Amino acid sequence: MVLSSADKSNVKGVFAKIGGHAEEYGAETLERMFATYPQTKTYFPHFDLGKGSAQVKGHGKKVAAALVEAANHVDDIAGALSKLSDLHAQKLRVDPVNFKLLGQCFLAVVASHNPALLTPEVHASLDKFLCAVGTVLTAKYR
Amino acid sequence: MVHWSAEEKQLISSVWGKVNVEECGAEALARLLIVYPWTQRFFSNFGNLSSPTAIIGNPKVRAHGKKVLTSFGEAVKNLDNIKGTYSKLSELHCEKLHVDPENFRLLGDILVIVLASHFGRASPPACQFAWQKLVGVVAHALARRYH
Repeated sequence: MVLSSADKSNVKGVFAKIGGHAEEYGAETLERMFATYPQTKTYFPHFDLGKGSAQVKGHGKKVAAALVEAANHVDDIAGALSKLSDLHAQKLRVDPVNFKLLGQCFLAVVASHNPALLTPEVHASLDKFLCAVGTVLTAKYR
Repeated sequence: MVHWSAEEKQLISSVWGKVNVEECGAEALARLLIVYPWTQRFFSNFGNLSSPTAIIGNPKVRAHGKKVLTSFGEAVKNLDNIKGTYSKLSELHCEKLHVDPENFRLLGDILVIVLASHFGRASPPACQFAWQKLVGVVAHALARRYH
């Protein structure tokens, strides 16, 4: 799908509003994802996934940073996430279905912290953006 | 039969007890039509769906959203027999309405986001688990009688 200029503007707006909380949102997204979709834990057998885990926090920070990077380069998400795309294809090989699950949890986190920010239009744009990120990260799988 | 833990039942009913069915239903259906615009295909007789503003203000969308969420309440009341609760509705959605069951999953995800925006801050992560499970079970039950 194609991100319109309104979508891009909405996405930038969301991340500007989230600002310094991005890392915290990243960690909460992962925490929600592991609780809501236990099958996602299978990719982290080497992690302590207990409440308040430093590893989950650290990984949440990385995930958030990637989303921020994509939002900052929303005109060329594929370029911005090219290295991450290689990593997911060659090493991590997370099944594509899981990106939608992560996206759903990120939306839930944004919704729960900023209900006023997630208007229906912004919800649509952010959902499209998250789909686009998932598509880029799985683009080189085969 | 789906197994619900005591905690899951408690998380579901405590959230449901706070839900304004008319408002949440209207919001969920409007968001479905806005976030996944292809779902508008089922509502060609609803009048003006040309913009998010039109959709949100559309009285048929509001009324239908309320109807859908009211029906959802039947699942909350009958957690131990969701299949039976939706048997006739499943036949209806297949034979008369011709709705691809994927749409039930989309609406379920939207509903979870709407609930998160209203109650998410005060709810533990396990709450989303219980609700995603519930919307999944409802979607499955609605698809069950398809042929």
